[in-house]
Amino acid sequence: MAATRRRTVIGHFVHVLVLVLFPPLLLGVIGKTKAWFAGRKGPPLLQPYLDVWKLLHKGAVYSRTTTWVFRVAPAISLGALWTAGLLLPLGAGPAPLAFNGDVIAFAYVLALSRFFTMAAALDTGSSFEGMGASREAAFAALAEPALFIALAIICIPAASVSFGGAFAALPWTDWGAAHPDILVAVLVIFLVLLAENSRIPVDDPTTHLELTMIHEVMVLDDGGPDLAFILYGSSVKMFLFAAIVTELVLPISSGGSWLGVLALCGGTLAVAVLVGMVESSMARLRLVRVPQLLVGAAVVAAVGLVALFFRGQS
Amino acid sequence: MLWPFLVALAIHLLFGTLALFAGRSSRTAIMLGTIGCVAASIVGIGAAAHLLLFGGHVDAQMAWHVPIGALHIGVYALSAFFLLCIYLVTGIAAIYGAGYFRDHGDDRRVGPLVFFFILLAASMAGVALARDGILFLIAWEVMSLSGFFLVTFDDQREDVRRAGTVYLIASHVGVLFLFVLFALFAQHGGDFNFSSIAAAGALSPEMANACFLLALVGFGTKAGFWFLHTWLPEAHPAAPSHVSASMSGVMIKMGIYGVLRVLTLLGPPPLWWGITVIAIGALSGVLGVLHALAQHDLKRLLAYHSVENVGIITLGIGLGLLGQSAANPEMAFLGYGGAILHTLNHGLFKGLLFQGAGSVLHATGTKAIDALGGLSRKMPTTALTFLIGAIAISGLPPLNGFVSEWLIYIAAFRGGTLNGPGTVAALAVIPALALIGGLASACFVKAYGIVFLGAPRTAAVEAAHPAPAGMRAAMIIGALLCVAIGIWPEYAFRLVERPALLMAGTASAADPILAALVPITRVALSLFALAGLLALVRRALLRRREAPIEATWGCGYEAPSPRMQYTASSFADPVLVPFEGVLHRSVHEEAPHGYFPREAHYEVHSGDIAGEQIIVPAIEKLVAVLGKLRAIQQGRVQMYLVYIFVTLVGVFLWQLPGGGP
Repeated sequence: MAATRRRTVIGHFVHVLVLVLFPPLLLGVIGKTKAWFAGRKGPPLLQPYLDVWKLLHKGAVYSRTTTWVFRVAPAISLGALWTAGLLLPLGAGPAPLAFNGDVIAFAYVLALSRFFTMAAALDTGSSFEGMGASREAAFAALAEPALFIALAIICIPAASVSFGGAFAALPWTDWGAAHPDILVAVLVIFLVLLAENSRIPVDDPTTHLELTMIHEVMVLDDGGPDLAFILYGSSVKMFLFAAIVTELVLPISSGGSWLGVLALCGGTLAVAVLVGMVESSMARLRLVRVPQLLVGAAVVAAVGLVALFFRGQS
Repeated sequence: MLWPFLVALAIHLLFGTLALFAGRSSRTAIMLGTIGCVAASIVGIGAAAHLLLFGGHVDAQMAWHVPIGALHIGVYALSAFFLLCIYLVTGIAAIYGAGYFRDHGDDRRVGPLVFFFILLAASMAGVALARDGILFLIAWEVMSLSGFFLVTFDDQREDVRRAGTVYLIASHVGVLFLFVLFALFAQHGGDFNFSSIAAAGALSPEMANACFLLALVGFGTKAGFWFLHTWLPEAHPAAPSHVSASMSGVMIKMGIYGVLRVLTLLGPPPLWWGITVIAIGALSGVLGVLHALAQHDLKRLLAYHSVENVGIITLGIGLGLLGQSAANPEMAFLGYGGAILHTLNHGLFKGLLFQGAGSVLHATGTKAIDALGGLSRKMPTTALTFLIGAIAISGLPPLNGFVSEWLIYIAAFRGGTLNGPGTVAALAVIPALALIGGLASACFVKAYGIVFLGAPRTAAVEAAHPAPAGMRAAMIIGALLCVAIGIWPEYAFRLVERPALLMAGTASAADPILAALVPITRVALSLFALAGLLALVRRALLRRREAPIEATWGCGYEAPSPRMQYTASSFADPVLVPFEGVLHRSVHEEAPHGYFPREAHYEVHSGDIAGEQIIVPAIEKLVAVLGKLRAIQQGRVQMYLVYIFVTLVGVFLWQLPGGGP
C-alpha cells in the first residue's frame, strides 16, 4: 500500500516536473527544424527558455483602455493550460487529476484559456486584436467538433471517457488494415494541433503585423511577465497536443516508468520536428480556406468514426 | 407536506393582489411584490429542496365544482425540481425588479406589472403542481396570458405591441396541440386525472406516437424548439429585464417540464423518439447559437441563446430516451440528469445575463451592442457578474454550465457503445455539442468584450452609472450560485438525482455518477489555485518595476478613437461566413470611393430563416385559403343566430335514430 502510494506521489511529481519544464524545448526544436530547412543556423535550442526568462524580468506597458481582465487573462490562461496538463497522462503513471470524463474537461479547460485570451484582446480596444480574437473564435469553434470526434474514436472502443483508459485500450496492431480509425484520429488531432497552436497552414507564428495573423495579433499589447506567460503557455499547449499524438502512436500509458516519460518526451520532440517540417514545406492557407480545412478535418474524423462503427458491427 | 406549497401560492396571490391595488404608488407596489415573491420563494425553495433531498411526495385531491377535471395537485420528484427552479429564478428576479423600478417614479402601470409577474410565478407553480389535465391547462393558460401582459408592459412602443401579438398567437397555436393531447389522454384514461391515465396501462403504439408528437409541438412551442421559436426573440427583448429573466429562465422550461411529464405517462419509448428528440436538440442548439451570434441587440442575442440552451437540454432528453429504449438505465440517467441540471443552470445564468443586459439598458438607455463598450469601468459589479454568466453559458469550467454539458457528453459517449441506429444519433450529439460550445463561447466573448471592455463607443456610455443595489444584489446571488454549482457539482446533483431516476425509470443508478462528479471539484479548484498563484507571481514581479499606462499600440498611431475599435458585427463575421447557407443575411453597403471619400456605410442584418422563409409564407398561404371564410363573418348578430339555428337543426337531424352513428 505504502509502496503504491509512494509510486503515485513520485509519478505525480515527475508529471508536474515534465509539464512545467519540458514544453519550451518544443518551440526550440521547431525553430531549429525550420532553420535547418531554410539552410540557416537558427537560434539556440534553448532560446525559448531564455526568452521567457528575459520577459519575466521586464516591466510592462499597459494600454489606457484595459481593465483587470487584460491583466489577469494571461495568468488565468496559463493556469487553465496547466490544469489541462494535469488531466493528461504524461508517461509517469495516471495523470494527477485523471477521472472518467477528463477528456471533456481537458478540451473545455483549453477553451477557457482561449476565452480569456480573446477577452483580453478585446479589452485593448484595438482593431488588430479584435480581428485576431474574432478569427480565433471562428477557427476554434470549427476545430472543436473535429477534436471531439477524434476523441470519440479513441474513447468509445475503450468504453472510457478518460485519456488513461482510452490509451490503455489502444490496439498496437497493424493500423492500416485493422484500425484505420486510429490512423484517422492521429491525423485529425495533428491537424487540430496545427490549428490550435497557430501554426502554418492556419496561422503564422513568426509575424504579427500581417492582417492575416491570428494568435500573435491578439497579444500585441502584452509585455513583460504577461507576455512571458503567454509565450510559455503557447509551448505548454503545443506540448499537450504533441503528447496526445505521441500517446496514440507509442504504447506509453501502461508505463509509469522512466522509460515511459522518456518515450513521451522523445515522441513530443518528434512531433515538434514534424510541425517544423510542415511549416517549412508549405505556405499559409488563405483565411477563407481555413474553415474548409477544419470542416474537412471534422468530416475525415466522422468517416473514421463510421469505420469504427462498422468494425464494431462485423 | 403539501402546505408549504399552498402557503407559497397563497403568499404570491395575496401580495400580488395587494400590489395591484397599490394604485399610483410604484414604490408600494414594488415593495409589496418583492416581499411577496421573496417570501414565497423561501417557503417554496425550502419545501421543494426538502422533497428532492429526502425523497417522498405529496398528493391531494380537493373538492372541485367545475364539471370537468379535478382539483388534484401533487408534488413528485420532477415537479419538485421545477418548483425549485421557478421559485429560485423568480425570487432572484423579484429582488432585481425592486432595484430596477426604484427610481422609476410613480407610474400606474407598475402595479399591474407586479401583479402579472407574481401571477406568472404562481401559475408556473400551478403548472408544476397540477396532477389533472384540465387544471394543468388552466394554469398553463394563466401562465401564457400573464406572460402576454408582461411582454406588453411598454405598450406605447409599436415593436412591443407586435412582440405581444406574436407571443399571443404562438402561445395559442401551441396550446391547441395540448388540447388535443389531453383529449387523447382523457379518452385513454377515462378522465383527465394523470393518475387515471397512468393507471389505464400502456397506450397503443400509434396512440403513444401521436401523443408524443403532439407534446413535442405543443410544449415545444413554449420551450422554443427550432421552427417553433420565432416568438421568442421577439417577446423576450420586449419585456422588462427581470421579466425576460424569468421568462427565459423558467417560463420556457415549463415546455421542457411538459415534455418530461408526458414522457412519464407514455411508457417505454421506441427508438425513433430518441432520434427525433436529438435531431430537434441539435438543430435548435446549432441554429440558435448561430442566430445569436448574428444579433446586434443584447437582449435579442440572449433570447436566441435560450433556443440554443433548450437545444442542449433537448439533446440530454434525447439521450435519456435512447438509453431507455436500449435498456441502458445508466445512460438514460445521465442524459436526463444532464438535461434536468441544465434546466436549473440555464435558469440561473440566463437570469443573470438578462439582468446584466437590463442593467446596461438601465444605465445607458440602449441595448445595441455596437453602441456600447468600456462599461466595466462604469459598472464593475455588473461587468463581473456578466462575465461569470458568460463563462457559465459557454459551458466552460469551473462554472455550472460545464457540469450539465459534461453529463450530457458522458451520456453520449455511453451511447457510442450501443448497437444500431441509436448509436449514430448518440454519437452525433458529441460534435453537435462541441460545435455549440465553440460558437457559444465565440458569441459571449463578443457580447462581453464589445459591451464591457474596450473604450466607450458613444456618449450614452460615458454617462452610465452603476446599477442600483437591488439589481446588483440579485446578480451577485445568481453569480454565486453559478460558481457554487460549478465547484461542488455533486451537491447540486443530489437535487437532480430523484427526478432523473424517475425519468430513467430505474431505482438506482446514481451512486457511480455522483462519485464521478467529485473530480470536477478538483479540476475547478486547480484552475482557481493555479490562476491565483500565477496572478500573484505576476504581481510580485511587477511590484518594483515600471508599468506605464499608454495608448493602445496602433503601429505608432497615438490618437486612436473609439470608433476605430472592432465592432460586434465584424467580430461575428468570420464565424458566420462558413454558415451563410443557413443564415438569412442581407448586406447594405456603400463603399467609399474617390480620392476624398465622404460617406460610406456597411450594415449587415441577419433575419431568421425559420420565421422569414418558412413560417411567414406558410401563414400567408393559410390566410389566403382561410380568408375565404370571411364571407360568412359579417358581424351581424342576426346572421350568427341563423348559423346557430342551422347548426342545431343539423346536429338534431344527425342524432335522429338511423340518421347517424
